[in-house]
Amino acid sequence: MIPDLGLLAIDPAELVAARSQMAFTLGFHIILACLGVGLPSLVLVANAIGLRRHDPVALLLARRWSLVMAVTFAVGAVTGTVLSFEMGLLWPVLMGRFGGAFGIPFAVEGLFFFLEAIFIAIYIYGWERLSPRAHLVSGIPVALSGVGGTFSVVAANGWMNQPAGFALGADGRVTAVDALAVLFNRATWYEVPHMLLAAYLVTGFLFASVYAVGLLHGSRDRYVRLGFAIPFVAAAIAAPAQVVVGDIAARAIFEDQPAKFAAMELITRSGPNQPVTIGGVLVGDDVVGGLAIPNLGSILAGFSPDTPITGFDAIPLDQRPPATMVHLAWDAMVGIGTALVALGLWGLLLRLRRRDHATARWFLRATALAGIGAVIALEAGWIVTEVGRQPWVVYLVLRTTDAVSQSGGIRITFSVVIGLYAVLGIATLVILRTMTRRWAAADLAAGGRDTAGGGAHPDAAHVPYGPPGTP
Amino acid sequence: MNLVDIAAVVLWLGVTTYAVFGGADFGAGLWDLVSGRGSEADRSRGLIAAAIGPVWEANHTWLIFDLVVLWTAFPVAFAAIMSSLFVPLSLAAVGIVLRGAAFAFRPVVGGPTGRRITTATFAASSVMTPFFLGAAGGGIASGRVTLDPTGGDLFGPWLNPTSVLVGLMAVATCAYLAAVFLVADARRLGQADLAALFLRRARVAAVVTGGLAVVGIAVLAADAPVLAGELIGRGWPLIVASVLLGGAALVAIGQRAPFGTRPLAIGAVVAIIWGWGVAQYPDILPRTLSLTAAAAPSGALSSLLVVFVAAAVLIAPSLGLLFWLTQDNRLRGHGSEAAADTAARVD
Repeated sequence: MIPDLGLLAIDPAELVAARSQMAFTLGFHIILACLGVGLPSLVLVANAIGLRRHDPVALLLARRWSLVMAVTFAVGAVTGTVLSFEMGLLWPVLMGRFGGAFGIPFAVEGLFFFLEAIFIAIYIYGWERLSPRAHLVSGIPVALSGVGGTFSVVAANGWMNQPAGFALGADGRVTAVDALAVLFNRATWYEVPHMLLAAYLVTGFLFASVYAVGLLHGSRDRYVRLGFAIPFVAAAIAAPAQVVVGDIAARAIFEDQPAKFAAMELITRSGPNQPVTIGGVLVGDDVVGGLAIPNLGSILAGFSPDTPITGFDAIPLDQRPPATMVHLAWDAMVGIGTALVALGLWGLLLRLRRRDHATARWFLRATALAGIGAVIALEAGWIVTEVGRQPWVVYLVLRTTDAVSQSGGIRITFSVVIGLYAVLGIATLVILRTMTRRWAAADLAAGGRDTAGGGAHPDAAHVPYGPPGTP
Repeated sequence: MNLVDIAAVVLWLGVTTYAVFGGADFGAGLWDLVSGRGSEADRSRGLIAAAIGPVWEANHTWLIFDLVVLWTAFPVAFAAIMSSLFVPLSLAAVGIVLRGAAFAFRPVVGGPTGRRITTATFAASSVMTPFFLGAAGGGIASGRVTLDPTGGDLFGPWLNPTSVLVGLMAVATCAYLAAVFLVADARRLGQADLAALFLRRARVAAVVTGGLAVVGIAVLAADAPVLAGELIGRGWPLIVASVLLGGAALVAIGQRAPFGTRPLAIGAVVAIIWGWGVAQYPDILPRTLSLTAAAAPSGALSSLLVVFVAAAVLIAPSLGLLFWLTQDNRLRGHGSEAAADTAARVD
C-alpha cells in the first residue's frame, strides 16, 4: 500500500518549538563538532613536535589536550545522536519523503564517525601502552575521519540548500536517486571547506585564548608559550583562507539562492548599484539605520557596480526569509572573521619585529576574546545558512511548515531539552575547569611545568612513552 | 534475494550488533546501579568503567548506523516509527545523553558529591535507555505503529503489555550479556572474586530473562496474537536455539570454560532478535507496511550497500583492532593496574 503523506493543519506553536529545538540542539552540537574536527589535529601536532624534538612539554600538552578531546568528543557523540533522533521526531515528513536521497550523506557520515570513535579510543587509551610511533599513527585516522565527517554531514546540509540527485513521483515521494549528485550538490563545494576552516578557526582560537589568559596572568614558561603558539598559528593560517572561501560562497549564494542573498545584504529593490549595508534592520519594505557603502554590494557580487541584484520586491512574500536576523548574523560573521584575520596579522607582525608575544598585552587581550568571537562567528554563519534558507527546509521543494511532526509533544520536549542541555553545557565547562585546575595544582606542586620528564613532576611518569612500568 | 531484502538484512545486522554490544554496555550500567557501597562495590565499578571505557563510543555508533540505514532505506517506516513512538524515543534520546555525558564526566569530576551524581546518572540512564528502546520495539512488533501523520495516541503505542514486556526483557538481556562479558574481563585481569560476583549476577539475570520469556508467552498470546503466532509458527527454531545457547553459556561459564562463553551468550541474544525479524518478515510494520512499500528507490538502496561494503572493509578491521588491543591489555585502564585506579590516572 502507498501510505498517506497528506498534510493536515499544523499547530504553529509546535512549528516554532520544533524549529527552536532543532536550532538549539544543533547550535550546541556544532561547537563540539568543531572541536571534534579541529582538536585531533592540534593534539597530533603537539604530539609530533614532542616526539621529533624529544620535548616533554609538547608531549604533556598533547596528552592534556587529548583528555579535553575525550570529554568533548563524548558530549559531541551524544548530542549528535540527539540530532539523529530529531530528524525523525521533529521532521518526519522531510525524512519520510526524502530519506532515500537526503539519508545518503548521513550514511557516509556514519562511516567516518565510526572510524573516529574507534581510533579516538585507541589514541586516548593508548598513551603509555602503545609504542610512540604506533600511538601517533593511531591518531591520524581521527583527524582524517573528522574531515570526512565534515564533508558528508555538510554535504547533507548543502543538499537542503541546493537539492539535487533525485526525481519526485506524483505522491511527492522520491522515485529515483543519484547518490553522487546528492553528495556533490552545488552547495557542497563551498559549504564543506567553509565549515572545515570554521572548525579549525574555532578550535584554534578557543585554545589560544585560554593560553593567552595564562600569559596575561604572568605564566611565561614554555608550556604556556607552546600551548598558545600551536593553536594560534593554526587559526591564524585558517582565518585568511576562510575569507577567500566565504567570498566564493557568498557569490554562489548570489547565483543560486537570491532570497537568501537579498536577506544577507538587505536588498529591497532589484537592480544594479546595490550598496553594502553595515548594520541596519528591515522595517516593512525599507532599510532603517545602518551604514550604506554605495555600489559595493554589486561590485562584490559581480565585480562591477552594474551587476543587478534581486531584491525583495521580486520575491513573493511567502518565500522571504526573516531578513533582519539573517543580515545581522551575516554582518556579525563577516565582521568577526575580518577581525580574526587582523589578529593573525598582528601576531605575525609581532613575530617579524621579534617582539615577545607574551609581553604584548593588548595583543593577548584581543586573543583572549578571539575564542568566544570565533564561536559567535560560527553560530552567526550557521544562522545565515539555515535561517536564510527559510521558509524552505528543502530549498524550493519542501516548506519547513510542511515537514514538521504533528505528534503534538514538541513543546514539552523542547522544554526538557533546554533544561537538559543547560545542565550538560554547565557540567562540561565545570568538568574542563576542574581538569585544568587540577593540572595547575599538580604543576605547582612539581615546581613548574618545564621540568616535566625530568623526574620530579607528578606527570613525568605519564608523559614519556615506553613500556608500562618504566619511569 | 532482492535489493530490499538485502537492505533489510543490513538493517537487522546493525540492530543485532547494537543490541549485543551497545546492550552489554547498558547492562554494565545496571550492575553499576546495584553495586551498592563499599570496597567491593568500588572495585566492581572500576572493572565496569575499565571494561566499557574504550569501547562504548564505538558500540554506541551502531545506533547511529541503524537510524541512518532505517531512514535512508525505509524512510516511510522511519517517519511512522518516530511519529508513533515520539515519547519513548524522546526519552531514550534523553537517556543516551545522560548516560554518555555522565560516564565521560565521572572519572574527571571532583569530590564525592560529583562522583555520586555522575554514578547515579550513568547507572539510572543505563537502565532507562534500553527499557524505552525495547518498549518502542514492542510497539513496532505488536503492530501499534500507524501511518497516521499525527502519530495517533502519544502513549498507546508503547504503554501496553507487549511494550512493557519487551522493555523489561531488553533490560534483563543487557544485564545478562554484561555480566557474562564482565566475568571474562574480571578473569582476564586476575580478579577472581569479581569474576565470582559477576558469575552469580549472570545467573540471576539469566533466570530473570528466562522467567520474563515464560511470562512473555502468555502476554504475547493475549496482547499480540499475530506476533505470537508468527514467532511460534516460523520463528520457533530460533527461539529454541536461544534457550539452548543461553543455557549452554551459563553451564560453560560455571565450568570456567576458557573460551566460548561469550559467543554462546551472544548467540542466545542474536537468535531471539532474528526470531523477531523472521516473525515480522516481509513487513517492516506488521500488517501496516511491507518492506517493499517502505523502501527507498533502488538508487538509494544500492548506494547504501556500497557504503555498507566500504564500512565493512574499513570498520571491521578497525573494530577488530580496538577489541584486540582491549582484550590483550594493550590499552590503559585494562592493564595490571587496578581498574579503579583509572579515575585517578586520568587526572
